[in-house]
Amino acid sequence: MSDAPTIEARFRSRLGGFVLDVGFEAPARGITALFGPSGCGKTTVLRCVAGLHRPDEGYFALNGEVWQDGRDVRPTHRRPVGYVFQEASLFSHLSVRANLLYGHRRITGRGLRETIGFDEVAGLLGLDHLLERAPLHLSGGERQRVAIGRALLSQPKLLLMDEPLAALDRFSKDEILPYLERLHTALSVPVLYVSHDIAEVERLADHLVLLKGGRVTAAGPLEELQSDPALPIARMPEAGVTLPAVVEHFDPDYGLATLALAGGRLLVPGHPETPGATRRVRIAASDVSLARAPAAGSTILNTLPARILAAEAQNGVQMMVAVALGSDGRGARLLARVTRKSWDSLGLAPGQPVFAQIKGVALVDFALEGAGKSDTGA
Amino acid sequence: MLVQPILLTLHLAALTTAILLVVGTPLAWWLARSPVWWKEAVATVVALPLVLPPTVLGFYLLLLLGPHGPGGWLAGLWGAHSLAFSFPGLVIGSVLYSMPFVVQPIRNAFEAIGDRPHEVAATLGAGPLDRFFTVALPLARRGFLTGAVLGFAHTVGEFGVVLMIGGNIPGQTRVLSVTIFDYVETGDWSTAHLLAGGMLAFSFLVILSMMVLEKRIGRTGP
Repeated sequence: MSDAPTIEARFRSRLGGFVLDVGFEAPARGITALFGPSGCGKTTVLRCVAGLHRPDEGYFALNGEVWQDGRDVRPTHRRPVGYVFQEASLFSHLSVRANLLYGHRRITGRGLRETIGFDEVAGLLGLDHLLERAPLHLSGGERQRVAIGRALLSQPKLLLMDEPLAALDRFSKDEILPYLERLHTALSVPVLYVSHDIAEVERLADHLVLLKGGRVTAAGPLEELQSDPALPIARMPEAGVTLPAVVEHFDPDYGLATLALAGGRLLVPGHPETPGATRRVRIAASDVSLARAPAAGSTILNTLPARILAAEAQNGVQMMVAVALGSDGRGARLLARVTRKSWDSLGLAPGQPVFAQIKGVALVDFALEGAGKSDTGA
Repeated sequence: MLVQPILLTLHLAALTTAILLVVGTPLAWWLARSPVWWKEAVATVVALPLVLPPTVLGFYLLLLLGPHGPGGWLAGLWGAHSLAFSFPGLVIGSVLYSMPFVVQPIRNAFEAIGDRPHEVAATLGAGPLDRFFTVALPLARRGFLTGAVLGFAHTVGEFGVVLMIGGNIPGQTRVLSVTIFDYVETGDWSTAHLLAGGMLAFSFLVILSMMVLEKRIGRTGP
């Protein structure tokens, strides 16, 4: 295969009446989300990768290192994976410290090099004050943080996370998400992340594998799949795109930050931030409207030239339109949800230059303060 | 006079319990985790002493251990005539008779763990044997405590099987329960009272300490 680190996976398995038949490639860096409705086979894929489920047929390689090829299957305990289950599943007979060190001891005992240290993990996940406690006396969020730390300390080359937040209440979720984002930036371990929550995926993932009914419907970088109007995620009410943006400037007078993204600049209300910082912004399809000419005398702050890439009728009333920013149409892609009536009356078509009017931009990563959706006019 | 049967009984019960823990643990593990369908037939054989009259079990054991059974052949290896009416024969009988009381709680404890802890341990690099000793055994410790105590107490209390295959040889097979029977037969009620009362107190203390211990084990995690 190519030199770039990759995850190659192909699994076929019959489970009762359900047939799993998936194949995908993903970069072995950052977070790749396996996304789809409940029962689409996401968890089974993850279990196959870990060797916890034996598919009838399968192939898996991480950076060219083959873990499974047909009948040649490496047992779970010889695969350098970390697995975070939906329930923390801590060993109740061991203290937090002993839980954290369970995998670590076995790896270092084999003379393998430690790349993720105990103190680093305990610090990153805020576990220092919990080390001598029994798992029984931890909150749900704390338990899951220990489970994540335990998986990381086994020095995995691939971290598998099976809806690690799904069993938690809203409060615990909000407690853990920032930790996950910190891991994302601080550690270089690639992650396969199973989720059915699009908000979670948008906040964390770099790459996306869409699953439905045991098959892969699409795979690619998050922004690319989000901005494809033909995919089922574009049909969700909350459809939109998340994009990386660099803080350029902050205007304390109006309280507006200037964020640069490929093909344009956005003014977003926010806290003073260090220029050069990268943030993730989310622009919902329902917050973008299209115009043939820049609107004069509008309260909308962000109007950017763009070019129509594709459009898909969603129902009798609405169209989902993908546009690329920049007059050359080479910048970041956005989705706009417009009525079919407007589409027809403006005579819009793919390839046409338009102006995207953006009514709202949300900062989705909570790594820094001042997160949350903020309206930029309208 | 009374010390000998007491010591013999304790010796028998301790040895039986030790053998049952060694033999019963892999058996309970297999019964808890194996996917084969016929394992319930094996479980049923193990459980038979729960419902069989001890005399029935004793009868078959007599045939098995006697001079014409495999036990007799086995005894021939060291020049004896039969395993029946001997201490080794009594141990074999006790092991079979008390087996369900040890295997069942341990099996239940293994089953209660479920798959998840094993899967977690595997993803953390622990092989099958490693998982068994570092995850399954400690998590099933309550089952082991219950099994050991029940097996021990049940062996102390057995009578029918002992009478059938052990007889009443002082220092060899004359255990407490048989001794009490003897005293009652000969009309020595006061000694029978002493022994019976002692066993009653012993049984009470065993069960009580088991319950207290179980609670304590359950409360403190690591």
